[in-house]
Amino acid sequence: MTLVSGWGRFPVVDSDVLRPRSFEAVGEAVAAMSGCVARGNGRAYGDAGIGAVRTIAMTGFDRVRSFDPATGRIRLEAGMLLSDLIDTFGPRGFLPFVVPGTRFVSIGGAIAADVHGKNHHCEGGFGRYVESILLRTGQGETIEASRDQNADAFFATVGGMGLTGVILEATIRLRPVETGWIRERVISAADLDAAMRALEASASATYSVAWIDCAAGGSNLGRSLIYLGEHAGADELAVSAERFPVGQDSSLAMPIDFPSMTLNRYSIRAFNELYYRMGARRAGGSHVVSLFPYFFPLDSIGGWNRIYGKRGFLQHQCVIPEKGARDVLGEILARVAKRGDASFLAVLKKLGQGDGVLSFPLPGYTLALDFPLRADILNFLDEIDRLVVAAGGRLYLAKDARQSRATFEAGYPALQRFNAIRKSLDPAGNIRSKLSQRLLDEV
Amino acid sequence: MTSRKSVLVLGGSSDIGRTAARAFAKAGYDVALAGRDIAALEPDAADLRARYNVDVGVFKFDVLDTASFEGFAGGLPALPDVVISIVGLLGVQERAQSDLAHATTIMRSNYEGPSLILGLFAEKFLGRGNGTLVGVSSVAGDRGRASNYVYGSAKAGFSAFLSGLRARASRSGVHVVTVKPGFVRTKMTESMKLIGPLTVEAGVVGDAILQAVERKTDVVYVSGKWRLVMLIIKALPEAVFKKLRF
Repeated sequence: MTLVSGWGRFPVVDSDVLRPRSFEAVGEAVAAMSGCVARGNGRAYGDAGIGAVRTIAMTGFDRVRSFDPATGRIRLEAGMLLSDLIDTFGPRGFLPFVVPGTRFVSIGGAIAADVHGKNHHCEGGFGRYVESILLRTGQGETIEASRDQNADAFFATVGGMGLTGVILEATIRLRPVETGWIRERVISAADLDAAMRALEASASATYSVAWIDCAAGGSNLGRSLIYLGEHAGADELAVSAERFPVGQDSSLAMPIDFPSMTLNRYSIRAFNELYYRMGARRAGGSHVVSLFPYFFPLDSIGGWNRIYGKRGFLQHQCVIPEKGARDVLGEILARVAKRGDASFLAVLKKLGQGDGVLSFPLPGYTLALDFPLRADILNFLDEIDRLVVAAGGRLYLAKDARQSRATFEAGYPALQRFNAIRKSLDPAGNIRSKLSQRLLDEV
Repeated sequence: MTSRKSVLVLGGSSDIGRTAARAFAKAGYDVALAGRDIAALEPDAADLRARYNVDVGVFKFDVLDTASFEGFAGGLPALPDVVISIVGLLGVQERAQSDLAHATTIMRSNYEGPSLILGLFAEKFLGRGNGTLVGVSSVAGDRGRASNYVYGSAKAGFSAFLSGLRARASRSGVHVVTVKPGFVRTKMTESMKLIGPLTVEAGVVGDAILQAVERKTDVVYVSGKWRLVMLIIKALPEAVFKKLRF
């Protein structure tokens, strides 16, 4: 047994980690034991990527099976990382249509969480660009699932948190791009109303996201920097610029666990104040930036999760339906500002409709907050959850380590349909994660 | 015919072999992957073609079948610019201490086969006047240790072969690189307890090999820390060293 955790380093639990070398060995691992789930690069924050008993490590499966430059269609093994995909096919003029806030996620993980990016409001999530999935079900079958073939399995696997089986391969469509640069425009918003208005007004921007200063309260509550982006054409680059920028490795790495004192209300407030002022100075004009800092600002700091200390941290990401979002978001932000220890990672963004049965997105606003793990945080978040549920919202499973069954069930009305599909693919219940034990499995 | 450079990877389906092939293909080399099981090499060949749009061929090569070496080398469509030998077998030290057949296999897989095949290509390269030979040896060959001296002694022999070959070729256009990876996370070392700070991912070794070929480095310790560690281990007096059980 090995101690395993997600990116948030909470919870840390025992699981038997297996690294199969062939798809046959994956099948044997699934069949041999009840309680397996596949794990990609371990970037789910909580317990989604940890098997109830056994965790199947998939990152060794990183081959490209085929690529058609005429259509941008690529078939690849599910353990390949988005970073690898971007480094390899970016210089050839192709990028994933959807990237989350880190490029260090596997393709299988991106499908399982139906990850969203800064373009969800207009282009949908990762699953929208998945054409088909090779799935090893809990029942022991290997099936190809697409919108036309095994459609139930397909839509349950997109956003299904790995619970329909092990994703072995996928065919996805890539976006043709002229360059690896983004034309960015920064807007500063003095408060939450201004931020939401700015996001509303920029609904036609391909990429949009707001960073919120969640240490600011009172009349500054919800003050934000809104980052809009469009793919830059070759003619927008400086003559000397490479068409495709080099992705920096983590040049700055967290060598140690910070003492849990490091992040306190004073250091966070000081950081946020500085960050807001520097961003506000850039507001107004537009400029061209490399896709790497634009999409993946934290990837340049290796192991940034260690800044929260050994005890780990929790990320709370909810989505609130558009109607009534303003009041609920205001209430959440006011409570967080009063508390004072939410981090510099508060992000507000508009989402559209999700594609999978259990996909997180719904039309509305999503708010993501980080909290260092402290004694009273669980109760605090339970209260926030009540606000979310009352507003018809839900929490993102890829980030979750602690929501209750009641919160989950209220937020995901398609759960019964998901359970039925899962049961048909895995009647014996071989595929089970720590997350499914906590939220879905019959007890 | 293409004018691109080409690399032959012996042991192409090993973890280090795969990453070396990727590093060279990314740099624009055409690739020949050689190994015992051609079917197992095909998915990697397809991966390289799809990723880097280079020509990739697969060839059967068994390091223990030395009689086949001449035919193997002659059967390649063209003499490559670079030959990398990654073949090797860790084996089980305890078993090798009493099982002569097992010890023989370890010695032949790590010394005899790799030396003979690189020696064969060396003659062809010297005849042509250029080419680079890369032997992936091991820090285990720097000094025989109680825990793995059968493997270590074979690697020591291979390192000595490479160093002699390098000296002989030094006035020609042929270059010889010795790579000593240290601990690498691969399927070979899966069951070993590796020391975190001294361990690298397989991809790092692939990149280091490409860099060594391009810069004409002689001996590469993939992690600089290993050069220091082995310097200390080599400097210990035998009277002290023999008491160590690592």
